Amino acid sequence: MSFISSIESVGEYALLMKKVLTIPDRMSEFLKEFVKGVYFLGVNSIWIVVIISFFIGAVIVMQIGLNIDSPMLPRFTVGAVSREIILLEFSSTIMCLILAGKVGSSVASEIGTMRITEQIDALDIMGVNSANYLILPKIASFVTFMPVLVVFSMFTGLIGGYVICQTLGIPSVDTYVYGIQTFFRESLVWYSIVKSMMFGFIIASVAAYFGYHAKGGALEVGQASTNSVVINSVLILVWDLVYTQLALG
Amino acid sequence: MIEVKNLSKEFDGEVVLDNINASFHNGMVNMIIGKSGSGKTVLLKCLVGLIVPTSGEIRYDEKNFIGLKSRELSRIRRDLGMLFQGAALFDSRTVLENVMFPLDMFSRKNKRERKKRAEFCLERVELLDAANLYPSEISGGMKKRAAIARAIALNPKYLFCDEPNSGLDPKTSQLIDELIYNLTKDFSMTTIVVSHDMNSVINIGDKVIFINEGVKEWEGNKSEVMGTDNEKLNDFVFASDLFKKIKEAEEEK
Repeated sequence: MSFISSIESVGEYALLMKKVLTIPDRMSEFLKEFVKGVYFLGVNSIWIVVIISFFIGAVIVMQIGLNIDSPMLPRFTVGAVSREIILLEFSSTIMCLILAGKVGSSVASEIGTMRITEQIDALDIMGVNSANYLILPKIASFVTFMPVLVVFSMFTGLIGGYVICQTLGIPSVDTYVYGIQTFFRESLVWYSIVKSMMFGFIIASVAAYFGYHAKGGALEVGQASTNSVVINSVLILVWDLVYTQLALG
Repeated sequence: MIEVKNLSKEFDGEVVLDNINASFHNGMVNMIIGKSGSGKTVLLKCLVGLIVPTSGEIRYDEKNFIGLKSRELSRIRRDLGMLFQGAALFDSRTVLENVMFPLDMFSRKNKRERKKRAEFCLERVELLDAANLYPSEISGGMKKRAAIARAIALNPKYLFCDEPNSGLDPKTSQLIDELIYNLTKDFSMTTIVVSHDMNSVINIGDKVIFINEGVKEWEGNKSEVMGTDNEKLNDFVFASDLFKKIKEAEEEK
């Protein structure tokens, strides 16, 4: 992608968002699509969030337990450090990178298929603001449901750590539970939730942009889907850096 | 009535439509015919506003359609119905929900009345039995009929059809042609059909415009098409053996 075409894409994205972020033509239709979005993008993602968070939580505790083996550091540090990793980065950033793959590709391919089969043209000809009708409910539902996914991820990540302590005893369950409560700051949970909501907006809107501008046939829809995952991943990482500096730096 | 004045369209410097002038009248099936790649679909897309022309005017009942603000454009578009080549039904909705969609978006009727209207449209295209099926569960001809039902749901003044017979067998093609013709007459719509199917032209073409390489070559009606002395139109019409034989038989008589 050349520099000029990147700039053009940013402009196209901004123009698309101008069309998307308007009041829906029919609120009842928006709400129907919103509920569908919550189910298909949010609720359907719970299982993958739970499975990944559980195992990664367990591995984080195991790795830290095995590697922090210093008489200078109390054993409850394992719980405290694991909690910080899960709350601050894993449940928001890493989980969003995974969701950029699952949700982003699904949104891009759904809208891309509608584009190449002229369903979006049909909406436009009816006088419907197709961008608003198709994209706004997806963005709104995903951003709204994101905190639920993040909280699920935080809990199952910590439970994964608990299970590994129970099984291998590194550290003991009591020490781990004490560790995850030590120096706990509630504000970090909110930081993580707000960050994930921003990522939710990026994932849904960027994926929708790639789908909405798909041209050609099935191959191009696949390409749009892949591009949306790649660009979403880069944007999530860059925004993570910027937002962390802004919020905590 | 739709009037096209000096309409041109270029893509990256390549002229696809060159200074087209035409008028399309109420209660008539206006057919735009031409070879594949001649620019007829681009003309249709310019007419409905999916492609912005490079120059020229498109007037819907004296009002220039080009350069309208999006709100005014939306208002005019509610008077348009369009049948796409691939039907363009919404996959996630049943046939009935597809037909109800424009009503749900723009009609002020209550849900019961909207459903009644959608069922009337489906009955009109003889598709009421398939109301609860999804587009993936019905045949190509049924999809086209469902798309016609959706296109007429809001009682449009203008109906646009892009290759309505593509991919259909001759019998189903004839049914679709008859349906388009009858709806045009019953609701006094301005219907514009883009096609390269000469059977359709002979069946329903009240007015025929022939486009060749982006230029309007010929204009007339279905009875004049067969006897034209326009060389390019003759090449197009009599490319089919069937039409050649019909012409030979007529000449022998």
